[in-house]
Amino acid sequence: MERKKTYIEDIDRGIYDIKNDFTYRYKTDKGLTEDIIMEISREKNEPEWMRDFRLKSLEIYNNKPIPTWGADLSGLDIDNIITYIRPDTDMKHSWDDVPEDIKITFELLGIPQAERESLAGVGAQYDSEVVYHNIKQELIDQGIIYTDMETALKEYEDVVKEYFMKLIPPNDHKFAALHGAVWSGGSFVYVPEGVQVDIPLQSYFRLNAPGAGQFEHTLIIVEKGAKLHFIEGCSAPMYRVNNLHAGCVELFVKENATLRYSTIENWSKNMYNLNTKRAVVDKNGTIEWISGSFGSKVSMLYPMSILRGEGARSEFTGITFAAEGQHLDTGTKVVHAAPHTTSTVNSKSISKDGGYAFYRGLLRVAENAYGCKSTVSCESLMLDNISKSDTLPIIELNNDNIDIGHEAKIGRISDEAIFYLMSRGISEEEAKAMIVRGFVEPITKELPLEYAVELNNLINIELEGTIG
Amino acid sequence: MEKYLLNINDLKVTIEDKEILKGLNLQIKEGETHVIMGPNGSGKSTLAYTLMGHPSYEITQGGIQFDGEIINEMKADERARKGIFLSFQYPEEIPGITVEEFLRTSKTSITGEMQKIIPFRRLLKTKMEHLGMDESYASRYLNLGFSGGEKKKNEILQMSILEPKLAILDETDSGLDVDAIKIVAESVMKIKDEKCSILVITHYNKLLEYLEPDYVHILMDGKIVKTGGVELVNQIDEIGYENIKAEFSNI
Repeated sequence: MERKKTYIEDIDRGIYDIKNDFTYRYKTDKGLTEDIIMEISREKNEPEWMRDFRLKSLEIYNNKPIPTWGADLSGLDIDNIITYIRPDTDMKHSWDDVPEDIKITFELLGIPQAERESLAGVGAQYDSEVVYHNIKQELIDQGIIYTDMETALKEYEDVVKEYFMKLIPPNDHKFAALHGAVWSGGSFVYVPEGVQVDIPLQSYFRLNAPGAGQFEHTLIIVEKGAKLHFIEGCSAPMYRVNNLHAGCVELFVKENATLRYSTIENWSKNMYNLNTKRAVVDKNGTIEWISGSFGSKVSMLYPMSILRGEGARSEFTGITFAAEGQHLDTGTKVVHAAPHTTSTVNSKSISKDGGYAFYRGLLRVAENAYGCKSTVSCESLMLDNISKSDTLPIIELNNDNIDIGHEAKIGRISDEAIFYLMSRGISEEEAKAMIVRGFVEPITKELPLEYAVELNNLINIELEGTIG
Repeated sequence: MEKYLLNINDLKVTIEDKEILKGLNLQIKEGETHVIMGPNGSGKSTLAYTLMGHPSYEITQGGIQFDGEIINEMKADERARKGIFLSFQYPEEIPGITVEEFLRTSKTSITGEMQKIIPFRRLLKTKMEHLGMDESYASRYLNLGFSGGEKKKNEILQMSILEPKLAILDETDSGLDVDAIKIVAESVMKIKDEKCSILVITHYNKLLEYLEPDYVHILMDGKIVKTGGVELVNQIDEIGYENIKAEFSNI
């Protein structure tokens, strides 16, 4: 039987690919110089310490080499990236006040609707600045703060100063330093002691401008016994020039607190996604990561949990989908720094059409961290013979009073399974999609319903036109 | 000219350049039950897979006509939509997809009509009761962690929901205990009453005690060497395939 393959050069990613005209109120020149940093700081009307922090970060950035141990970053040319673009609007608290084209973009992405139906608060960033932020009054009444980082820096300067880039210092790596120098936008969340937020908050980051960078900073503090679910979404339309995303996420989970951090990342395939995410968890606290990586040309993303309080817990659930031209180097890092801490890692990756999915993980158990428990499971599914998958789980154990389980599986989609489903009248395309959906099901069921639907839609978009 | 539901004519099939079926002929009319018996390696499963349209099996000569149409080039899903069903000897396990979700998708695809959740669930429940399957299987992942017998029952469940015109049962009785065989046979009899034709591939005779086949064929070395009634089954039991082969080569 002759088998034909349909090649579609650019998959129509639908709503994600809608471009608005590139309009802005202010933008910097391309590249990175002290003058540009000063300009950004001036434009933002920042306190002096922040300006100095930026300049110091730039210095570190200039002195750090580009990391070469992971994905190929040679196509990334910082000198041609615009680091700061202020959209032609201020931050609004009502969608009606947001400029029409920007509002329509977010409407197509379903953000205002999700806000009405299932969220307690929403932040929406467009290029370098947050254009919309809103939170339900009852949350404000409970003392919860949810706003953009710029407002936080003005209104809660002491808090920001205490926490900002303490978990991810600029000298951590080159792109953390870059972030320190040019960060803009992002969200600040503060949940006071004992306050439990049952409905999620969501920030959505949209990069519309070509050849630009997005460097949002997310800082979340969940006080003792408090609880929060935070959702982060990101996307961008496709351009021929490369874009860069180097955000930072710093999460502080205090004693007995719980934070769930969910991400659906769907950057366009011209994006270098070099994001850094880190959580530090105190006694009996819990961090739960749900991480979906679909887009970007190159991703290097390893959310890290530092379990520093006795009995702290982390759970990482991740799905990575690498298609043609994508190298997604993702994973997670867990540091057991206190006794009786537990961690669970459940990672799945899919690669197709020559895509490359690399799982890179670190599990480190400190000398004093006795009685710890950890389970790591990573599974990879390759949909054809030209795609690649690797796993590199690094385990460093500094005491032997621990309970570790580890499992890794790499496999190809089974022709027999496809045939079995087809023999029941299901088309080859749908059969493949079903198998992939089944593979990611343990992750889908962790997501809020509308994100589970989005994840399934993304899988369908990715599988369209790829059936051999 | 008589009208056949399935008409296989001088069929030659190779897999990885090895010829397995070497000029096979078989005609099945609507509502008939045929049995194919044969020793291991004679091509029984190859025939089943070829009829269902497995891409690894290449037809090098002859043709398969089903319901008036040559289906040689049709993919498995098209054949299923035309009314062919294969009960697999070793059904695949599909994690993450429930039996119910899978069967509803399948039924929608085969009938071309959207299957509404509530009526479908009712249908599924009834059919599962007939097969003595616990309701909880509907929400379990397809064949995952099922015992051999449970997998076979699940195949028959699919058959009775999809209501094919031709059901091919590839070693469905293996792995089933006596009680389960009786239950499975009852489900097969039910669709037989609906004018479904049955092709049973087996090397046991357990299922045949219930099914009352119209014809029994003996397949050896890629060809049907003998056709008869149920009495052939007993003959095989008595003298074995080797002697039948000898008898055949003497002719």
